[in-house]
Amino acid sequence: MSASDAPTVKRPFFRRKKTCPFTGPNAPEIDWKNTRLLSRYISERGKIIPSRITAVSQKKQRELAKAIKRARFMGLLPYLQHESNERPQSRR
Amino acid sequence: MPYYETVLIARQDLTDTQVKDIIAHLSKIITDAKGSIHKTEFWGLKNFAYRMNKGRKGHYILLEMDTAPDALHEMERQIRLHEDIVRHQTIRIETLSEGPSVMMDKGGRDDDKKPYKKPYNQEKDAA
Repeated sequence: MSASDAPTVKRPFFRRKKTCPFTGPNAPEIDWKNTRLLSRYISERGKIIPSRITAVSQKKQRELAKAIKRARFMGLLPYLQHESNERPQSRR
Repeated sequence: MPYYETVLIARQDLTDTQVKDIIAHLSKIITDAKGSIHKTEFWGLKNFAYRMNKGRKGHYILLEMDTAPDALHEMERQIRLHEDIVRHQTIRIETLSEGPSVMMDKGGRDDDKKPYKKPYNQEKDAA
């Protein structure tokens, strides 16, 4: 959490320490009505993106997941997108 | 008294006056029970993300209120009986919000600074 925003070094597998986007002074508030904010945390398929990728803290991720689910229920966000047509090449 | 926020979806073929009637009808239940309606927002006709009751869009209404639970239950009962209401969701909120909700400021560009690109590349991720 201690924002050690080191300049991007050329070390091969260096990964910059990411910080939670919902922590800090002017962090956005998680609101299920704010579709524009929530839509950044769902994949193209409509799934919730794991926090290890978005660096959202555990506490906020729970809050976020709940907000996304609420928004889905009210038809503001999809449960799934791109159902049949051109499926992005499957993993297995 | 606790605060609640309710969002309703009314069928798309209703007219604005019919929607206003619904709002008035429900608000009255609350006010009759000595609760108060803090905010009423009409988000307009919005498209659903998926089909709901065979419909593709609906009128969204937000009510924010300070009321006793009993009145709220009565209101929800009325909502469930109402044929023109497709879906509703009530959430208890800690504080009453100030100003219009996010849904109202449409054209406003993305509030927070950088246009943060989607960090997750669908299926093919390593992490």
